[in-house]
Amino acid sequence: MNLAIEVNELTKKFGDFVAVDHISFSVKKGEIFGFLGANGAGKTTAMKMLIGISIPTSGNATVAGFDLNRYPDKIKQNIGYMSQKFSLYEDLNIIENIRFYGGIYGLSRKEIAEKSEKLLEKLDLQSVSKSLVSSLPLGWKQKLSFSIAMIHEPSIIFLDEPTGGVDPITRRQFWDLIYEASENGTTVFVTTHYMDEAEYCERVSIMVDGKIAALNTPKQLKQDFKAASMDEVFYQLARGAKRSDH
Amino acid sequence: MVMSDFKAIEVKNISKNYDKGKIVALDNISFDVKKGELFGLVGPDGAGKTTLLRIIATLLLQDSGEAKLDNFDCVADFKAIRQRIGYMPGRFSLYQDLTIEENLNFFATIFNTTIEENYHLIKDIYVQIEPFKHRRAGKLSGGMKQKLALCCALIHKPSVLILDEPTTGVDPVSRKEFWDMLGRLQHDGITIIVSTPYMDEANLCDRIAFIHHGKLLTINTPQNIIDSFGNVLWSISGDNLFSLMTKLRAWQNTKSCFSFGENLHFVSINAQITPQDIMHYLKDDSVQVSKIVPSIEDCFMSFMQN
Repeated sequence: MNLAIEVNELTKKFGDFVAVDHISFSVKKGEIFGFLGANGAGKTTAMKMLIGISIPTSGNATVAGFDLNRYPDKIKQNIGYMSQKFSLYEDLNIIENIRFYGGIYGLSRKEIAEKSEKLLEKLDLQSVSKSLVSSLPLGWKQKLSFSIAMIHEPSIIFLDEPTGGVDPITRRQFWDLIYEASENGTTVFVTTHYMDEAEYCERVSIMVDGKIAALNTPKQLKQDFKAASMDEVFYQLARGAKRSDH
Repeated sequence: MVMSDFKAIEVKNISKNYDKGKIVALDNISFDVKKGELFGLVGPDGAGKTTLLRIIATLLLQDSGEAKLDNFDCVADFKAIRQRIGYMPGRFSLYQDLTIEENLNFFATIFNTTIEENYHLIKDIYVQIEPFKHRRAGKLSGGMKQKLALCCALIHKPSVLILDEPTTGVDPVSRKEFWDMLGRLQHDGITIIVSTPYMDEANLCDRIAFIHHGKLLTINTPQNIIDSFGNVLWSISGDNLFSLMTKLRAWQNTKSCFSFGENLHFVSINAQITPQDIMHYLKDDSVQVSKIVPSIEDCFMSFMQN
Protein backbone atom coordinates (compact mmCIF):
# COMPACT_ATOMS: atom_id res chain seq x y z
CA MET A 1 0.00 0.00 0.00
CA ASN A 2 1.30 3.39 -0.96
CA LEU A 3 -0.63 5.50 1.52
CA ALA A 4 0.83 6.87 4.74
CA ILE A 5 -2.47 8.34 5.93
CA GLU A 6 -5.98 7.40 4.87
CA VAL A 7 -8.83 9.33 6.42
CA ASN A 8 -12.44 8.27 6.08
CA GLU A 9 -15.36 10.48 7.21
CA LEU A 10 -13.46 11.53 10.31
CA THR A 11 -15.63 13.61 12.65
CA LYS A 12 -15.26 15.26 16.03
CA LYS A 13 -18.09 16.90 17.91
CA PHE A 14 -17.91 18.93 21.11
CA GLY A 15 -21.54 18.97 22.27
CA ASP A 16 -23.51 20.46 19.39
CA PHE A 17 -20.42 21.93 17.78
CA VAL A 18 -18.98 19.92 14.88
CA ALA A 19 -15.30 20.84 14.99
CA VAL A 20 -14.32 18.37 12.25
CA ASP A 21 -17.09 17.43 9.88
CA HIS A 22 -16.74 14.12 7.97
CA ILE A 23 -13.37 14.74 6.36
CA SER A 24 -11.85 12.21 3.96
CA PHE A 25 -8.46 12.38 2.27
CA SER A 26 -5.25 10.45 1.90
CA VAL A 27 -1.55 11.24 2.00
CA LYS A 28 1.00 9.28 -0.04
CA LYS A 29 4.15 7.81 1.43
CA GLY A 30 7.02 10.33 1.28
CA GLU A 31 4.71 13.19 0.34
CA ILE A 32 4.97 16.71 1.79
CA PHE A 33 1.34 17.46 2.60
CA GLY A 34 0.26 20.96 3.64
CA PHE A 35 -2.75 21.12 5.97
CA LEU A 36 -4.10 24.66 5.88
CA GLY A 37 -7.12 26.49 7.21
CA ALA A 38 -8.22 29.65 8.97
CA ASN A 39 -8.08 29.91 12.76
CA GLY A 40 -10.95 27.88 14.13
CA ALA A 41 -11.45 25.84 10.94
CA GLY A 42 -10.68 22.59 12.77
CA LYS A 43 -7.05 21.92 11.79
CA THR A 44 -5.69 21.33 15.27
CA THR A 45 -8.61 19.12 16.26
CA ALA A 46 -8.15 17.03 13.11
CA MET A 47 -4.42 16.74 13.71
CA LYS A 48 -4.94 15.69 17.34
CA MET A 49 -7.13 12.82 16.14
CA LEU A 50 -4.58 11.74 13.52
CA ILE A 51 -1.78 11.53 16.08
CA GLY A 52 -3.91 9.43 18.41
CA ILE A 53 -4.47 11.85 21.30
CA SER A 54 -8.12 12.72 20.62
CA ILE A 55 -10.80 10.08 20.07
CA PRO A 56 -12.97 10.63 16.97
CA THR A 57 -16.74 10.94 17.46
CA SER A 58 -17.20 8.95 14.27
CA GLY A 59 -15.30 7.93 11.17
CA ASN A 60 -11.88 6.39 11.01
CA ALA A 61 -8.36 6.72 9.71
CA THR A 62 -5.34 4.57 9.08
CA VAL A 63 -2.08 6.26 10.07
CA ALA A 64 1.31 4.62 9.48
CA GLY A 65 -0.54 1.37 8.81
CA PHE A 66 -2.54 1.34 12.06
CA ASP A 67 -6.25 1.74 12.61
CA LEU A 68 -6.84 4.94 14.55
CA ASN A 69 -9.79 3.68 16.59
CA ARG A 70 -8.14 0.40 17.55
CA TYR A 71 -4.43 1.14 17.90
CA PRO A 72 -3.90 4.81 18.78
CA ASP A 73 -0.88 3.90 20.91
CA LYS A 74 0.79 2.08 18.02
CA ILE A 75 0.35 5.23 15.96
CA LYS A 76 2.05 7.33 18.64
CA GLN A 77 5.08 5.03 18.53
CA ASN A 78 5.36 5.22 14.76
CA ILE A 79 5.00 8.92 14.13
CA GLY A 80 6.92 12.04 15.11
CA TYR A 81 5.11 15.17 16.31
CA MET A 82 6.34 18.69 16.73
CA SER A 83 3.83 21.07 18.27
CA GLN A 84 3.65 24.78 17.59
CA LYS A 85 4.42 25.37 21.22
CA PHE A 86 8.07 24.57 21.87
CA SER A 87 8.06 21.28 23.72
CA LEU A 88 11.63 20.44 24.66
CA TYR A 89 12.64 20.77 28.31
CA GLU A 90 14.06 24.27 28.69
CA ASP A 91 16.01 23.44 31.84
CA LEU A 92 17.70 20.38 30.40
CA ASN A 93 20.67 20.82 28.09
CA ILE A 94 20.64 19.74 24.45
CA ILE A 95 22.21 16.34 24.99
CA GLU A 96 19.90 15.60 27.96
CA ASN A 97 16.86 16.40 25.83
CA ILE A 98 18.07 14.05 23.09
CA ARG A 99 18.67 11.28 25.66
CA PHE A 100 15.29 11.84 27.27
CA TYR A 101 13.31 11.62 24.03
CA GLY A 102 15.46 8.76 22.74
CA GLY A 103 14.67 6.88 25.96
CA ILE A 104 10.93 7.59 25.70
CA TYR A 105 10.90 6.10 22.21
CA GLY A 106 12.77 3.03 23.45
CA LEU A 107 16.13 3.52 21.73
CA SER A 108 19.10 1.70 23.26
CA ARG A 109 21.96 3.61 24.88
CA LYS A 110 24.15 2.82 21.92
CA GLU A 111 21.57 4.06 19.44
CA ILE A 112 21.05 7.24 21.46
CA ALA A 113 24.80 7.91 21.54
CA GLU A 114 25.10 7.43 17.78
CA LYS A 115 22.02 9.50 17.02
CA SER A 116 23.12 12.32 19.33
CA GLU A 117 26.46 12.64 17.61
CA LYS A 118 24.94 12.71 14.14
CA LEU A 119 22.24 15.15 15.14
CA LEU A 120 24.63 17.59 16.81
CA GLU A 121 26.96 17.47 13.83
CA LYS A 122 24.18 18.02 11.32
CA LEU A 123 22.77 21.02 13.19
CA ASP A 124 26.26 22.29 14.01
CA LEU A 125 25.45 22.28 17.73
CA GLN A 126 28.48 20.33 19.07
CA SER A 127 29.97 23.36 20.78
CA VAL A 128 26.76 24.08 22.72
CA SER A 129 25.63 20.51 23.44
CA LYS A 130 25.87 21.15 27.20
CA SER A 131 23.95 24.44 27.04
CA LEU A 132 20.47 24.68 28.44
CA VAL A 133 17.89 24.63 25.69
CA SER A 134 16.39 27.85 27.12
CA SER A 135 19.50 29.76 26.03
CA LEU A 136 19.13 28.90 22.33
CA PRO A 137 17.64 31.29 19.76
CA LEU A 138 14.15 30.29 18.59
CA GLY A 139 15.30 29.18 15.13
CA TRP A 140 17.81 26.72 16.60
CA LYS A 141 15.23 25.45 19.08
CA GLN A 142 12.84 24.70 16.24
CA LYS A 143 15.48 22.86 14.20
CA LEU A 144 16.47 20.90 17.32
CA SER A 145 12.81 20.13 18.09
CA PHE A 146 12.34 18.81 14.57
CA SER A 147 15.42 16.61 14.71
CA ILE A 148 14.40 15.20 18.09
CA ALA A 149 10.88 14.51 16.81
CA MET A 150 12.62 12.45 14.11
CA ILE A 151 14.95 10.60 16.51
CA HIS A 152 13.11 7.28 16.32
CA GLU A 153 12.97 7.47 12.51
CA PRO A 154 9.19 7.67 12.29
CA SER A 155 7.56 6.98 8.95
CA ILE A 156 5.43 10.14 9.29
CA ILE A 157 6.23 13.46 10.91
CA PHE A 158 3.45 15.84 11.98
CA LEU A 159 4.50 19.50 12.19
CA ASP A 160 2.10 22.04 13.69
CA GLU A 161 3.14 25.55 12.58
CA PRO A 162 6.82 24.79 12.97
CA THR A 163 8.07 28.12 11.59
CA GLY A 164 5.82 30.71 13.30
CA GLY A 165 7.88 33.76 14.28
CA VAL A 166 11.14 32.30 12.96
CA ASP A 167 13.38 34.67 10.95
CA PRO A 168 13.18 34.35 7.15
CA ILE A 169 16.58 32.70 6.64
CA THR A 170 16.14 30.15 9.43
CA ARG A 171 12.60 29.49 8.19
CA ARG A 172 14.08 28.41 4.86
CA GLN A 173 16.75 26.31 6.55
CA PHE A 174 13.93 24.57 8.38
CA TRP A 175 12.35 23.71 5.04
CA ASP A 176 15.68 22.26 3.90
CA LEU A 177 15.28 19.79 6.80
CA ILE A 178 11.74 19.02 5.67
CA TYR A 179 12.84 18.37 2.09
CA GLU A 180 15.65 16.14 3.26
CA ALA A 181 13.31 14.09 5.44
CA SER A 182 10.95 13.73 2.50
CA GLU A 183 13.77 12.66 0.14
CA ASN A 184 14.64 9.98 2.69
CA GLY A 185 11.11 8.63 2.46
CA THR A 186 9.50 10.25 5.52
CA THR A 187 5.96 11.51 4.99
CA VAL A 188 5.58 15.13 6.12
CA PHE A 189 2.24 16.50 7.35
CA VAL A 190 2.61 20.22 8.02
CA THR A 191 0.44 23.21 8.97
CA THR A 192 1.50 26.80 8.37
CA HIS A 193 0.20 30.36 8.17
CA TYR A 194 2.90 31.32 5.66
CA MET A 195 1.42 30.97 2.19
CA ASP A 196 4.82 30.85 0.47
CA GLU A 197 5.39 27.66 2.46
CA ALA A 198 2.18 26.22 1.04
CA GLU A 199 3.94 26.37 -2.33
CA TYR A 200 6.68 24.06 -1.02
CA CYS A 201 4.15 21.30 -0.37
CA GLU A 202 3.41 18.66 -3.00
CA ARG A 203 -0.30 18.83 -2.19
CA VAL A 204 -2.28 21.16 0.00
CA SER A 205 -5.66 20.86 1.67
CA ILE A 206 -7.57 23.89 2.93
CA MET A 207 -10.10 23.46 5.73
CA VAL A 208 -13.10 25.77 6.05
CA ASP A 209 -15.78 25.35 8.74
CA GLY A 210 -14.64 21.85 9.71
CA LYS A 211 -14.64 20.52 6.13
CA ILE A 212 -11.93 20.18 3.52
CA ALA A 213 -12.90 22.84 0.99
CA ALA A 214 -10.09 22.18 -1.47
CA LEU A 215 -7.29 19.68 -1.95
CA ASN A 216 -4.77 19.58 -4.77
CA THR A 217 -1.28 20.55 -5.88
CA PRO A 218 -0.55 24.26 -5.37
CA LYS A 219 -0.31 24.63 -9.15
CA GLN A 220 -3.73 23.08 -9.79
CA LEU A 221 -5.36 25.04 -6.95
CA LYS A 222 -4.11 28.29 -8.42
CA GLN A 223 -5.51 27.30 -11.81
CA ASP A 224 -8.85 26.20 -10.38
CA PHE A 225 -9.29 29.43 -8.43
CA LYS A 226 -7.80 31.61 -11.18
CA ALA A 227 -5.39 32.96 -8.59
CA ALA A 228 -1.83 34.22 -8.96
CA SER A 229 -0.71 32.92 -5.57
CA MET A 230 -1.69 30.51 -2.82
CA ASP A 231 -2.39 33.57 -0.71
CA GLU A 232 -5.24 34.45 -3.08
CA VAL A 233 -6.56 30.87 -3.12
CA PHE A 234 -6.61 30.87 0.66
CA TYR A 235 -8.28 34.24 0.77
CA GLN A 236 -11.05 33.22 -1.64
CA LEU A 237 -11.84 30.11 0.41
CA ALA A 238 -11.45 31.42 3.94
CA ARG A 239 -13.34 34.63 3.27
CA GLY A 240 -16.47 32.57 2.75
CA ALA A 241 -16.15 30.88 6.14
CA LYS A 242 -19.33 31.05 8.19
CA ARG A 243 -17.85 29.78 11.37
CA SER A 244 -15.47 32.27 12.62
CA ASP A 245 -12.81 32.97 14.93
CA HIS A 246 -13.31 36.61 14.09
CA MET B 1 -3.71 60.87 7.83
CA VAL B 2 -2.13 63.72 9.75
CA MET B 3 1.58 63.30 10.00
CA SER B 4 3.69 66.10 11.34
CA ASP B 5 7.28 66.54 12.36
CA PHE B 6 6.17 66.53 15.97
CA LYS B 7 7.59 63.40 17.52
CA ALA B 8 5.29 61.00 19.31
CA ILE B 9 8.11 58.68 20.34
CA GLU B 10 11.82 59.43 20.67
CA VAL B 11 14.18 56.62 21.55
CA LYS B 12 17.85 57.49 22.13
CA ASN B 13 20.65 54.99 22.66
CA ILE B 14 18.53 52.50 24.57
CA SER B 15 20.29 49.35 25.75
CA LYS B 16 18.93 46.52 27.86
CA ASN B 17 20.57 43.33 29.10
CA TYR B 18 19.07 40.36 30.87
CA ASP B 19 20.61 37.71 33.08
CA LYS B 20 23.44 39.93 34.44
CA GLY B 21 24.59 40.99 31.00
CA LYS B 22 24.67 37.51 29.48
CA ILE B 23 21.78 38.28 27.13
CA VAL B 24 21.84 41.53 25.17
CA ALA B 25 18.20 42.26 24.41
CA LEU B 26 18.69 45.77 22.99
CA ASP B 27 21.96 47.22 21.80
CA ASN B 28 22.06 51.02 21.53
CA ILE B 29 18.74 51.57 19.78
CA SER B 30 17.71 55.01 18.49
CA PHE B 31 14.70 56.03 16.39
CA ASP B 32 11.73 58.42 16.28
CA VAL B 33 8.07 57.93 15.50
CA LYS B 34 6.24 60.94 14.11
CA LYS B 35 2.86 62.07 15.37
CA GLY B 36 0.14 60.30 13.37
CA GLU B 37 2.51 57.73 11.93
CA LEU B 38 1.93 53.98 11.57
CA PHE B 39 5.34 52.63 12.49
CA GLY B 40 6.30 48.97 12.21
CA LEU B 41 8.92 47.10 14.22
CA VAL B 42 9.72 44.14 12.01
CA GLY B 43 11.81 41.19 13.14
CA PRO B 44 11.72 37.53 14.18
CA ASP B 45 11.06 36.16 17.68
CA GLY B 46 13.85 37.05 20.07
CA ALA B 47 14.88 40.17 18.13
CA GLY B 48 14.08 42.52 21.05
CA LYS B 49 10.71 43.87 19.89
CA THR B 50 8.83 43.12 23.12
CA THR B 51 11.59 44.53 25.32
CA LEU B 52 11.61 47.76 23.34
CA LEU B 53 7.84 48.16 23.42
CA ARG B 54 7.71 47.44 27.15
CA ILE B 55 10.29 50.16 27.82
CA ILE B 56 8.24 52.65 25.80
CA ALA B 57 5.10 51.53 27.64
CA THR B 58 6.87 52.24 31.00
CA LEU B 59 6.66 48.58 32.04
CA LEU B 60 10.39 47.90 32.01
CA LEU B 61 13.43 50.02 32.86
CA GLN B 62 16.25 50.34 30.35
CA ASP B 63 19.90 49.92 31.44
CA SER B 64 20.94 53.08 29.58
CA GLY B 65 19.63 55.62 27.11
CA GLU B 66 16.32 57.46 27.18
CA ALA B 67 12.87 57.15 25.70
CA LYS B 68 10.18 59.81 25.44
CA LEU B 69 6.55 59.62 24.50
CA ASP B 70 4.71 62.84 23.61
CA ASN B 71 7.71 64.57 25.17
CA PHE B 72 7.24 62.81 28.53
CA ASP B 73 10.15 60.78 29.85
CA CYS B 74 9.36 57.06 30.01
CA VAL B 75 11.03 56.73 33.43
CA ALA B 76 10.38 60.02 35.27
CA ASP B 77 6.92 60.72 33.83
CA PHE B 78 5.61 57.17 33.72
CA LYS B 79 2.25 58.12 35.22
CA ALA B 80 1.56 60.73 32.54
CA ILE B 81 2.53 58.26 29.83
CA ARG B 82 0.25 55.54 31.13
CA GLN B 83 -2.68 57.94 30.70
CA ARG B 84 -1.72 58.58 27.09
CA ILE B 85 -1.05 55.13 25.69
CA GLY B 86 -3.06 52.12 24.77
CA TYR B 87 -0.97 48.97 25.13
CA MET B 88 -1.84 45.57 23.79
CA PRO B 89 0.68 42.94 24.94
CA GLY B 90 1.50 39.87 22.88
CA ARG B 91 -0.12 37.59 25.41
CA PHE B 92 -3.84 38.03 26.15
CA SER B 93 -4.02 39.78 29.50
CA LEU B 94 -7.59 40.88 30.10
CA TYR B 95 -9.73 39.48 32.89
CA GLN B 96 -10.69 35.96 31.83
CA ASP B 97 -13.62 35.75 34.26
CA LEU B 98 -15.18 39.07 33.29
CA THR B 99 -17.42 39.26 30.24
CA ILE B 100 -16.61 41.25 27.12
CA GLU B 101 -18.77 44.12 28.33
CA GLU B 102 -17.41 44.03 31.89
CA ASN B 103 -13.81 44.13 30.66
CA LEU B 104 -14.52 47.11 28.45
CA ASN B 105 -16.40 48.91 31.22
CA PHE B 106 -13.59 48.23 33.64
CA PHE B 107 -10.96 49.79 31.38
CA ALA B 108 -13.19 52.78 30.59
CA THR B 109 -13.77 53.37 34.33
CA ILE B 110 -10.13 53.24 35.41
CA PHE B 111 -9.37 55.85 32.75
CA ASN B 112 -12.25 58.04 33.99
CA THR B 113 -14.27 57.70 30.83
CA THR B 114 -17.26 55.77 29.55
CA ILE B 115 -17.80 53.37 26.66
CA GLU B 116 -20.19 55.92 25.11
CA GLU B 117 -17.68 58.77 25.12
CA ASN B 118 -15.24 57.15 22.70
CA TYR B 119 -17.56 54.62 21.14
CA HIS B 120 -16.83 55.98 17.64
CA LEU B 121 -13.23 54.77 17.95
CA ILE B 122 -14.10 51.18 18.71
CA LYS B 123 -17.44 50.89 16.92
CA ASP B 124 -16.16 49.06 13.79
CA ILE B 125 -14.38 46.49 15.92
CA TYR B 126 -16.84 46.25 18.78
CA VAL B 127 -19.90 45.48 16.64
CA GLN B 128 -18.15 42.26 15.59
CA ILE B 129 -17.94 41.00 19.17
CA GLU B 130 -20.99 42.76 20.62
CA PRO B 131 -23.34 39.79 19.98
CA PHE B 132 -21.23 37.91 22.55
CA LYS B 133 -20.89 40.74 25.07
CA HIS B 134 -22.14 38.59 27.95
CA ARG B 135 -19.59 35.87 27.27
CA ARG B 136 -16.57 35.63 29.57
CA ALA B 137 -13.29 36.68 27.98
CA GLY B 138 -11.69 33.34 28.87
CA LYS B 139 -14.25 31.56 26.69
CA LEU B 140 -13.58 33.59 23.53
CA SER B 141 -11.75 32.39 20.43
CA GLY B 142 -8.32 33.81 19.62
CA GLY B 143 -9.59 36.29 17.06
CA MET B 144 -12.32 37.59 19.36
CA LYS B 145 -9.90 38.00 22.27
CA GLN B 146 -7.66 40.03 20.01
CA LYS B 147 -10.54 42.33 19.05
CA LEU B 148 -11.61 42.79 22.66
CA ALA B 149 -8.03 43.58 23.69
CA LEU B 150 -7.84 46.23 20.97
CA CYS B 151 -11.14 47.78 22.13
CA CYS B 152 -9.90 47.91 25.73
CA ALA B 153 -6.64 49.54 24.60
CA LEU B 154 -8.60 52.19 22.69
CA ILE B 155 -11.45 53.03 25.03
CA HIS B 156 -9.70 56.05 26.65
CA LYS B 157 -8.73 57.50 23.21
CA PRO B 158 -5.01 57.09 23.62
CA SER B 159 -2.55 59.37 21.87
CA VAL B 160 -0.26 56.46 21.02
CA LEU B 161 -1.26 52.84 20.48
CA ILE B 162 1.44 50.25 21.25
CA LEU B 163 0.72 46.82 19.78
CA ASP B 164 3.02 43.88 20.45
CA GLU B 165 2.64 41.24 17.73
CA PRO B 166 -1.14 41.54 17.43
CA THR B 167 -1.24 39.18 14.43
CA THR B 168 1.13 36.38 15.42
CA GLY B 169 -0.46 32.99 14.83
CA VAL B 170 -3.45 34.61 13.12
CA ASP B 171 -4.51 33.34 9.69
CA PRO B 172 -3.96 35.53 6.59
CA VAL B 173 -7.62 36.61 6.26
CA SER B 174 -7.93 37.78 9.87
CA ARG B 175 -4.53 39.46 9.64
CA LYS B 176 -5.72 41.52 6.69
CA GLU B 177 -8.85 42.58 8.59
CA PHE B 178 -6.75 43.61 11.56
CA TRP B 179 -4.51 45.81 9.41
CA ASP B 180 -7.58 47.43 7.82
CA MET B 181 -8.65 48.39 11.36
CA LEU B 182 -5.24 49.91 12.08
CA GLY B 183 -5.52 52.03 8.93
CA ARG B 184 -8.86 53.43 10.15
CA LEU B 185 -7.46 54.21 13.61
CA GLN B 186 -4.58 56.08 12.02
CA HIS B 187 -7.17 58.17 10.17
CA ASP B 188 -8.67 59.06 13.55
CA GLY B 189 -5.31 60.61 14.46
CA ILE B 190 -3.85 57.90 16.64
CA THR B 191 -0.12 57.24 16.39
CA ILE B 192 0.56 53.51 16.15
CA ILE B 193 3.70 51.50 16.81
CA VAL B 194 3.24 47.83 16.03
CA SER B 195 5.62 44.88 16.06
CA THR B 196 5.34 41.90 13.74
CA PRO B 197 7.35 38.89 12.60
CA TYR B 198 5.46 38.90 9.27
CA MET B 199 7.50 40.61 6.58
CA ASP B 200 4.51 41.16 4.27
CA GLU B 201 2.86 43.40 6.89
CA ALA B 202 5.77 45.84 6.66
CA ASN B 203 4.34 47.21 3.40
CA LEU B 204 1.29 48.47 5.29
CA CYS B 205 3.33 50.77 7.54
CA ASP B 206 4.43 54.36 6.81
CA ARG B 207 7.90 53.54 8.04
CA ILE B 208 9.51 50.42 9.44
CA ALA B 209 12.53 49.46 11.48
CA PHE B 210 14.15 46.07 10.87
CA ILE B 211 15.26 44.64 14.20
CA HIS B 212 17.38 41.53 14.67
CA HIS B 213 19.45 40.30 17.66
CA GLY B 214 18.76 43.54 19.54
CA LYS B 215 20.06 45.82 16.79
CA LEU B 216 18.25 48.04 14.30
CA LEU B 217 19.30 47.01 10.80
CA THR B 218 17.60 49.92 9.04
CA ILE B 219 14.79 52.48 9.44
CA ASN B 220 12.97 53.79 6.40
CA THR B 221 9.79 53.71 4.34
CA PRO B 222 9.09 50.29 2.80
CA GLN B 223 9.58 51.78 -0.68
CA ASN B 224 12.97 53.29 0.16
CA ILE B 225 14.12 50.02 1.67
CA ILE B 226 13.13 48.18 -1.50
CA ASP B 227 14.79 50.84 -3.68
CA SER B 228 18.05 50.49 -1.79
CA PHE B 229 18.30 46.70 -2.27
CA GLY B 230 21.40 47.37 -4.34
CA ASN B 231 21.51 44.15 -6.36
CA VAL B 232 19.75 42.74 -9.38
CA LEU B 233 17.27 40.15 -8.17
CA TRP B 234 16.36 37.21 -10.42
CA SER B 235 13.34 34.98 -10.04
CA ILE B 236 13.96 31.44 -11.26
CA SER B 237 11.32 28.78 -11.73
CA GLY B 238 11.53 25.19 -12.91
CA ASP B 239 10.28 21.66 -12.39
CA ASN B 240 12.50 20.64 -9.51
CA LEU B 241 13.17 23.69 -7.37
CA PHE B 242 15.06 21.87 -4.65
CA SER B 243 17.66 20.47 -7.05
CA LEU B 244 17.91 23.81 -8.89
CA MET B 245 18.56 25.53 -5.56
CA THR B 246 21.26 23.03 -4.60
CA LYS B 247 22.92 23.53 -7.97
CA LEU B 248 22.77 27.32 -7.81
CA ARG B 249 24.18 27.41 -4.30
CA ALA B 250 27.22 25.49 -5.53
CA TRP B 251 27.89 28.01 -8.34
CA GLN B 252 30.84 30.38 -8.04
CA ASN B 253 28.69 33.23 -9.44
CA THR B 254 26.12 32.96 -6.67
CA LYS B 255 25.81 35.49 -3.87
CA SER B 256 22.54 34.14 -2.46
CA CYS B 257 19.76 31.79 -3.48
CA PHE B 258 16.57 31.36 -1.46
CA SER B 259 13.24 29.67 -2.07
CA PHE B 260 10.24 32.01 -2.34
CA GLY B 261 7.07 30.00 -2.83
CA GLU B 262 7.11 28.50 -6.30
CA ASN B 263 10.24 30.43 -7.32
CA LEU B 264 13.85 30.84 -6.31
CA HIS B 265 15.24 34.31 -5.67
CA PHE B 266 18.79 34.56 -6.89
CA VAL B 267 21.45 37.27 -6.53
CA SER B 268 24.74 36.95 -8.37
CA ILE B 269 28.10 38.42 -7.36
CA ASN B 270 28.38 39.32 -11.04
CA ALA B 271 26.22 42.38 -11.82
CA GLN B 272 26.53 41.75 -15.57
CA ILE B 273 25.10 38.23 -15.48
CA THR B 274 22.33 37.53 -18.02
CA PRO B 275 19.35 35.15 -17.95
CA GLN B 276 21.13 33.21 -20.71
CA ASP B 277 24.17 32.70 -18.43
CA ILE B 278 21.92 31.34 -15.67
CA MET B 279 19.97 29.04 -18.00
CA HIS B 280 23.19 27.84 -19.62
CA TYR B 281 24.59 26.89 -16.22
CA LEU B 282 21.42 25.10 -15.08
CA LYS B 283 21.03 23.11 -18.32
CA ASP B 284 17.35 22.42 -17.67
CA ASP B 285 14.64 23.09 -20.28
CA SER B 286 11.98 23.78 -17.66
CA VAL B 287 13.90 26.74 -16.22
CA GLN B 288 12.59 30.29 -16.62
CA VAL B 289 14.47 33.37 -15.46
CA SER B 290 13.17 36.90 -15.01
CA LYS B 291 14.32 40.09 -13.33
CA ILE B 292 12.07 41.13 -10.41
CA VAL B 293 11.60 43.88 -7.83
CA PRO B 294 12.65 42.67 -4.37
CA SER B 295 10.10 42.22 -1.60
CA ILE B 296 10.56 43.42 1.98
CA GLU B 297 11.50 39.86 2.91
CA ASP B 298 14.32 39.84 0.31
CA CYS B 299 15.56 43.07 1.86
CA PHE B 300 15.42 41.75 5.42
CA MET B 301 17.39 38.65 4.45
CA SER B 302 19.95 40.75 2.63
CA PHE B 303 20.40 42.90 5.77
CA MET B 304 20.71 39.76 7.92
CA GLN B 305 23.53 38.49 5.73
CA ASN B 306 25.52 41.73 5.81
